[in-house]
Amino acid sequence: MNTEKQLFAISVYTENNIGLLNRISAIFQRRHINIESINSSPSEIEGISKFTIVVSMTEVNIKKIIGQIEKQVEVIKAYYHDLDEVIYQISGLFKIKSELLFEERQIQNIIKESNARIVTVNKDFFVLEKSGKKEEIVALYNQLSIFGIMQYTRSGLIAVTKEEMKISTLLETYNN
Amino acid sequence: METQTIKNTKKSTKTTERISGSEAIVRCLIEEGVKILYGYPGGAIMPVYDELYKYQDKIHHVLTRHEQGATHSAQGYARISGNVGVAMATSGPGATNLITGIADAQIDSTPMVCITGQVSSHLLGSDAFQETDIVGISTPVTKWNCQVTRASQIPEAIAKAFYIAKSGRPGPVLVDITKDAQFEEFDFLYEKCTKVRSYVPIPKTDIKSVEAAAKLINEAKKPFVVWGQGIILSEAEEALKAVIEKAGIPAAWTILGASAIPTSHPLNVGMVGMHGNYAPNVLTNECDVLIAIGMRFDDRVTGKLDEYATQAKVIHFEIDPSEVDKNVKSDVAVLGDAKASLELILPLINENSHTEWHQNFKDLYAIEYEKVIKGDLYPTKEGLTMGEVLKEINIQSKGEAAIVSDVGQHQMIACRYAEFNQTKSNITSGGLGTMGFGLPAAIGAKMAAPEREVVSISGDGGYQMTIQELGTIFQQKAAVKIVVLNNDFLGMVRQWQQLFFDKRYASTEMVNPNFVAIAEGYYIKARKVTKREDLAEAVAEMMASKEAYFLEVCVEKEGNVFPMVPSGASVSDIRLE
Ligand SMILES: Cc1ncc(C[n+]2csc(CCOP(=O)(O)OP(=O)(O)O)c2C)c(N)n1
Repeated sequence: MNTEKQLFAISVYTENNIGLLNRISAIFQRRHINIESINSSPSEIEGISKFTIVVSMTEVNIKKIIGQIEKQVEVIKAYYHDLDEVIYQISGLFKIKSELLFEERQIQNIIKESNARIVTVNKDFFVLEKSGKKEEIVALYNQLSIFGIMQYTRSGLIAVTKEEMKISTLLETYNN
Repeated sequence: METQTIKNTKKSTKTTERISGSEAIVRCLIEEGVKILYGYPGGAIMPVYDELYKYQDKIHHVLTRHEQGATHSAQGYARISGNVGVAMATSGPGATNLITGIADAQIDSTPMVCITGQVSSHLLGSDAFQETDIVGISTPVTKWNCQVTRASQIPEAIAKAFYIAKSGRPGPVLVDITKDAQFEEFDFLYEKCTKVRSYVPIPKTDIKSVEAAAKLINEAKKPFVVWGQGIILSEAEEALKAVIEKAGIPAAWTILGASAIPTSHPLNVGMVGMHGNYAPNVLTNECDVLIAIGMRFDDRVTGKLDEYATQAKVIHFEIDPSEVDKNVKSDVAVLGDAKASLELILPLINENSHTEWHQNFKDLYAIEYEKVIKGDLYPTKEGLTMGEVLKEINIQSKGEAAIVSDVGQHQMIACRYAEFNQTKSNITSGGLGTMGFGLPAAIGAKMAAPEREVVSISGDGGYQMTIQELGTIFQQKAAVKIVVLNNDFLGMVRQWQQLFFDKRYASTEMVNPNFVAIAEGYYIKARKVTKREDLAEAVAEMMASKEAYFLEVCVEKEGNVFPMVPSGASVSDIRLE
């Protein structure tokens, strides 16, 4: 087993209950693990939420963490994956002064080359959106920051696995 | 399609009754078979108390003198009976006072349900009078918790609470109920909870793991069992006895496993851990197969982890999958309920006696006896020892008493020397080490098992942390026997200061009050012993008393508890002096 720290994506399927986020994040907090990103949203199953949590840790410890997460009463199942076992996206938003769009040729090229999308333009600012791997968004940030960025934010990582996660089958066994 | 929608609803055909949320709370408790609950009233829980007044003939509310006392009493109740203990408090300070007991129950896997009142739902989050976020505060120390803001949610929440508290690896649960939900009327219907989707209380036992464990046991030359509270929680005492007797395996216990197998059983080789016995600690590092059953390799048990049983193959019988490989890597993990797993393995193991291996335990016991036990139990020095008090209690109770200890030196002495003939007789705060646990826990234990002799043993320090519960004892006429082993010190801390801080006794000396007068102030018969000649007679008088009785024994001021595995040391480096 790999004893080096590495990035893992954790998927947690849970009942949609108030308080679970607290319980789950407390597990990381107690062990002094910094969460790189966390996303919670409805899953493909009605009434079931899915958390995607990215952390950097060793495989030995992530197994223990998964055990602690699964132990929570309202957690249905937790998995951990190497980032290459999942298909994932991060989204970045950039707010930039409108005048730059017209005055700096270079910016238009950057937008084109990076496959970023213009979300909105008005007379003061425009907003760019770019989805992809973290490195791509960071690269775009580096290119744009030369010209000045008014606001920048990046979402948590969201992922679907390449492998099947048999949550429905599992729920069926619970229901019987 | 990979997944599909599943609905989780069921329809009931039973008829309902229109009642208030607060009445529903009481009715739910009655439905769960609760006969006694411990608590303290206040504004946000008053509607429930009002209902309790109405249902007095069905459910007995014990007014403790502090909410911490309520939780510890509920714990004592649960530990001796195996049933869920129940504690109740008002919002804000009432609720926060429960936290120590909840944390204690969580780490010691004690089934407990706590009900707290909460400010009305429209005030939630507004810093209203006596509002605290008790659900947030208790989250890390509960097995499950929830807040209820509508009366109609009460039955399901309480049913779930009892089910979760009791099933699988037990633990404390908290249900916080807003005052408006207590007043609101709704159509009441109670259905016990028998499962919660997503929650697997007992993991499935893989028969292959049982076979693999049996193979290791059968091939072992020096097998060694360490059992924990899991044996008591799953009522696996007989199953454990059958297994160790058939295979002739010496077996030791963790502090919370004490009393599962009688002290006098020839295969019972004593306690493991920091102040455990010499032989089981040393031989942990010599056995070839270590069979851990219903225990979780706490650091007080293992000492230095990378020098713990590294030579041994480890078999771990465990109900909580997250405990497997958490501290000690196992070669075979048998998941499941301890009793069921032991019953499965029994036919697969061979008869054996391992006489030579046993001799190792006897030899080391002889050393411990000479160096430690003899001096503790049969002292020749002037001061009274804690050990001889325990010995006297053993003699007078014939090993039938339930011993409830507080935390400190006296606790270690009590667990080392108390003789237990029956299970569920050792009630102590293991994982949290909560001073102040003993006295209120003894109240709960006595009320759960009035036919049993319950002896609470405290130090002068811990006793004063919950001394106000003498009031509860008096009011409830709870016939607990209270022993305070008074060394005028926070003894255990003083011992560490002596051994590891150059005898700098910083803030551990206690100037104590007249304990006898205090007990008598609560109308409890009381006596103080300072001389060895009076001890036996005083203990006899205490045990003969039909009512509560307080006995203060002044013991040597600077007595120490040995053996000891210094913190961070390996279990084989256990010190005898
Ligand atoms: C609530 C709490 N505070 C502090 C401690 C730390 N502590 C552990 S043992 C001990 C001393 C206990 O003294 P006493 O109750 O007199 O018992 P003795 O050790 O003398 O038998 C202390 C302060 C604790 N375990 N619990």
